[in-house]
Amino acid sequence: MALNDFGPPLDVARIKKDFPILDRVVHGKRLVYLDSASSAQKPLPVLDAMQRYYETTHANVHRGVYQIAQEATELYEGARAKVAAFIGAAAPAEVVFTKNATEAVNLVAYTWGRANLGTTDAMVTSEIEHHANFVPWLQLHQEKGTELRFLPLGEDGTLDLDQLDQLLDGAKLLAVTAASNVLGTLPPVRLLADAAHAAGALVLVDGAQYVPHLPTDVREMGADFVAFTGHKMLGPTGIGALWGRRELLESMPPFLTGGEMIRDVRLDGFTTNDVPWKFEAGTPPIAEAVGLGAAVDYLNGLGMSAVRAHEQALTAYAMRALKERYGDDISIHGPPPGSERAGIVSFAYKDVHAHDLSQVLDQAGVCVRAGHHCAKPLMRRLGVTATARASFSVYNDEADVDVLVDAIGQADALFG
Amino acid sequence: MPGLEDLYREIILDHYRNPRNRGELESPPALRAEGFNPLCGDEVVIYLAMGGDVITDLKIAGQGCSISQSSASMMSAAVKGKTLAQARSTIRAFRAMMSLHGQALDGHGDGASGGGGTGAVGPEEDERTGAEVAAAEGVSLGDLEALQGVVKFPVRIKCATLSWHTLAQALDEAEKGAGPD
Repeated sequence: MALNDFGPPLDVARIKKDFPILDRVVHGKRLVYLDSASSAQKPLPVLDAMQRYYETTHANVHRGVYQIAQEATELYEGARAKVAAFIGAAAPAEVVFTKNATEAVNLVAYTWGRANLGTTDAMVTSEIEHHANFVPWLQLHQEKGTELRFLPLGEDGTLDLDQLDQLLDGAKLLAVTAASNVLGTLPPVRLLADAAHAAGALVLVDGAQYVPHLPTDVREMGADFVAFTGHKMLGPTGIGALWGRRELLESMPPFLTGGEMIRDVRLDGFTTNDVPWKFEAGTPPIAEAVGLGAAVDYLNGLGMSAVRAHEQALTAYAMRALKERYGDDISIHGPPPGSERAGIVSFAYKDVHAHDLSQVLDQAGVCVRAGHHCAKPLMRRLGVTATARASFSVYNDEADVDVLVDAIGQADALFG
Repeated sequence: MPGLEDLYREIILDHYRNPRNRGELESPPALRAEGFNPLCGDEVVIYLAMGGDVITDLKIAGQGCSISQSSASMMSAAVKGKTLAQARSTIRAFRAMMSLHGQALDGHGDGASGGGGTGAVGPEEDERTGAEVAAAEGVSLGDLEALQGVVKFPVRIKCATLSWHTLAQALDEAEKGAGPD
């Protein structure tokens, strides 16, 4: 595909300057941050927007009639509109701010799930889910006896869809990731959603590793719910979002209750606010919403197609460089680089434990995640207890990958 | 490697490469306890064979990083053939060496599955070093002293203590099994 299909390529040297943390030196080395799948770093426009908000505008939202309360509300709701546009939502009202993606999935499990999934019902998820899109359903299964079925992991790191129709038969929900946080696998969400809908099931997509990295159109995905989080998309921690089709959100009972989510309260009952506020009990994370809005602006400025093209190319470069340098001493989990893989590379080097490898890499200034990545069923399926994982974002370049590749071999001094 | 000498001492790497008492025992009659490090997924399984109040045999299975595996190996060497009381004393000395005070590691508390902290601080905070506790309790830490450097790497303390939490659980079981006689 020609570059001009994506707009201008990313100018990573310039982007790096927007991220103050990348100037840090650790253990005498330049910080090489390759753990964006855990949490991404924050550019100055995000930090500035939050600082400016607190310095000039802070007040509680949806309450005061005074000037700055009005402005704070406009900033908060403006951030919602930005997020809605970013993911192709039909309206801002379809975007519920949550604490993170985990809370977004739990919101659906506790409200729609408990209202609609019972003892005689079934739902489908997959073997590659993050605990956030697995444990809430396991809990529902344990509480209500809802049958849980699993799309299996195929040999090549993608989902095995051979039994898709049988698994979906009679199911009321498909809860599946759009991008595996361990393997980088990008399951064919649209195909899965169409099959699920044909079987009468709704579709919840865990977009935590997808929305920050690929152009997202929730309606094109065919999803009914999409959960994602701000801190993985250059925004602050403490804010995530659930997108849901409006009529679904309206039909669901509330989740957390208290202030803000209420229309009227009497001593003997209450009525709920309109969506999305029905699901936003209590004072929301206002500054975080402002920061997330600024992160969306920043990503839009880069262009999500360009972001994806950059990360896809960098992932291919990394996988090639690792194999060229280390051959069979390195094993990489997940599908081959290309259109079916996100910017996530889980790997093992010789028989060096991921914790030890990560400790060695830290000495070279390289931050990678080591562990089970909150996906223990998948780790068991892969037959490992831990992997090292490098993951990429807009501020990473081939030089970062080169530092990683060079540093891995240093483990030989201790574990060779 | 510069910066990591304190963590990866040669004796630690030796226990990692050549783990002592690796394997399984038939259970029952052996007691079996498992531990998980929720941070990294490391798993350890301890098999304990008791003869009266003496640990007559002990085997370690599971998977983990060099620190968790070497700590388990050294622990097995330190407590095999010892009495329950001596094993408890060794746990207390090791706990002091890891700067974990209070009840976290002595088998009567649950520090194993706690959050991000490096160990619970109990009411009777003990500021003695591992060597001081070992001397007072009449046990020897031996090779285990090599793990002292782990304290400088707080994230790895849980790696070092995983097998000890699991041993403490196994000892609790052993004491229960010993009955009131």
